[in-house]
This record gives sequence, C-alpha cells and structure tokens, in this order.
Amino acid sequence: MTGISLMTENKPEGGIRLTEQQLRARRARSIAIAVSLGVLVILFYIVTLVKGPGVLMRPL
Amino acid sequence: MSIAAAPAEPSIAGVGDYLQLMKPRVMSLAVFTALVGLVIAPVHLHPVIGLTALICIAVGAGAAGALNMWYDADIDARMTRTAARPIPAGRVAPGEALAFGVTLAVGAVVVLGLLVNIAAAALLALSIAFYVIVYTAWLKRTTPQNIVIGGAAGALPPMIGWAAATGSVALEPTLLFLIIFFWTPPHFWALSLLRADDYARAGVPMLPVVAGEAATRRQILIYTVALAPLGAAPWLLGYSGPLYGVIAAAAGVAMFVLALRLNGQKTGQAASKRLFAFSILYLFLLFAALLVDRISAQLISLIAA
Repeated sequence: MTGISLMTENKPEGGIRLTEQQLRARRARSIAIAVSLGVLVILFYIVTLVKGPGVLMRPL
Repeated sequence: MSIAAAPAEPSIAGVGDYLQLMKPRVMSLAVFTALVGLVIAPVHLHPVIGLTALICIAVGAGAAGALNMWYDADIDARMTRTAARPIPAGRVAPGEALAFGVTLAVGAVVVLGLLVNIAAAALLALSIAFYVIVYTAWLKRTTPQNIVIGGAAGALPPMIGWAAATGSVALEPTLLFLIIFFWTPPHFWALSLLRADDYARAGVPMLPVVAGEAATRRQILIYTVALAPLGAAPWLLGYSGPLYGVIAAAAGVAMFVLALRLNGQKTGQAASKRLFAFSILYLFLLFAALLVDRISAQLISLIAA
C-alpha cells in the first residue's frame, strides 16, 4: 500500500485539514518560493540588459 | 542513513529551517573567499555579473550543505552539536531536504553557466559533487583523513570566483586554494579535539577518535608549519603588496605559536579553543588583507590616471 493511498483512507471526508502551524508554514514557504523566482527573473532581465547581444555568447 | 518511508505529514518546515539546511556560516565563508578570488582577478568584471556569480556560489554552497545534512541525518541525530538541525529535530523530512538540495545545486550551476561562464559553473559543480559524494558519502565515515581530502571542496570558492571573472584558472587562485586546503585540518581538528566524545558516539572516525589526542595535536602542528609560509606566498611571489605580507607573516607566526602550545599540552581544552577561534580570524585576516591590498592598488592607479 502506498503512502498516498494510506493517507487517502485515513483522511477525513473533507480532505486533509492542515493545522494552523502547517498553514502558516506553507504560506511562508510559498512566499519564499515566489520571491526566489521573482529574483531569478529580474536577474536574467538585468544581465540581458548588461550583456546586450553578448548574452547569447558563452565563452569558457 | 535512514530515510523515513512512512506517509508524510503535511510539513511544518518554515523558511528558517530551509535556511538552516544551507549552513549559513559555511556559506558566508565560501562567498567571502569567492569574492576575493573575483576581485583579485586581473580583469574588469561588470558588477552585476560579479554579483550574479556570488549569488550562484552562495546558493551552490547552500545546496551542498543541505545535501550533507540529508545524508548525515543519522550522524547528526547522535551528536549534541547537531541534534537540533532541522532533519534530526523532525522539522524537515529527509526527502524535502534532498529535493531542496538537488534543486538548488542544479539551479546554481545552470544559472552560473548561462549568465557568467561555463568554467566557473563546472568548478561549482565539481565543488558540490566533491563535498557531497567524496567527502560526505565516502570519506567522512571511512577515514580519519576525511577533512583533509574533503577540504578541497571548501577550498575551491576563490578559484570559482577567479574563473567567473577570467574564464580560466591560474597560479594566484591556486595559491588561495592551497591556503584554505592546508588551513582546514588545523581548524577542524582543533574543533574535533573539543568534540571527540560526540564524534566517537556517532561513529565518525575523526583523527582524535582513531589516533588519539596527542597524534592529532602533532598533525595540527605539522599542517600549521606548512600553512604559515603558504599564507605568505602571495606576497613572496609578488601577487600582493607589503600590507598583505606583514599581516600574513604576523598571523602565520601567531597560528604557529598557538599550534606549538597545543602540541606541548597533555590535557585541557583551552589551547584547542584558542587555536580554533584564531584559525577563523587567521583566514579572515588573510583574505581581507588581499581584498584591501587589491582595492587600494586599483584606487591608487585610478587616481593616478
């Protein structure tokens, strides 16, 4: 029996109810992931501006 | 190593737990030494590219830390110093730490390769793989030379910084690599003298556990004797100015005296504590002096021009 099916059998009818602590932790993690992805997008944008057409050249 | 196979509870891991997985103190050392490698390189690098390289090196070092904590969760649980880490404390599931580490490692290497250059990315990948596979999974549990050979991973950041700026490696960053490489055994063995019981309980064959404290103190002295002239080598070979030379020589003598005192002691932890604390200052002083030396030289030439 897999972990997922075990969880499905044990969970209440409305699905898994997250505790207040689990909800807070999930929200904080989601925000951190969003910020990280945002920083990555901005980084690529700025580096593209800095390098210009040279951004496609990747010398050793 | 035991990875829990039980059905996962929804995670309670916070952002702080994931930051802790990245070993922020080790990460800061990697970033600082990489910054020095980057600044002393004889080319002008756009600040944005330099910052990008440092971010990638920081994330790569953090990824290596997370993968180390994933693999060593069983050891960490048995040691007082590490029992409160996120995995043994039950705040982060092993699988979450593994996924986190792999994602960051791949991300850091790919972004460094795409935005900076491939040589730096290859060195970063080598550094992460060496730390996780060679040191953590192989040497740490099998030989008292674990931190000597494994120290190569922690010594690579200045070379990665230099490669980020120049796209190659040279003698100068190799000297910085050697300084950190020879600094690692006195630094870690001074710590392991203080934590020998912890390591013995966890079954980690650190030198004091396997060969005894006297042999460890002797080895610390031998590596310090090699380290002191190496520390001064950038000045002796003309890569840095007299400011660095004076600081490296004085710090090398101080480190040697502390290692000599430790070797002369039969018992007691005070000498180990002093050497461990000074070893951190030693590395910081040397790299900070290199940084100041190079920046001041650049400023002087700028003003003269």
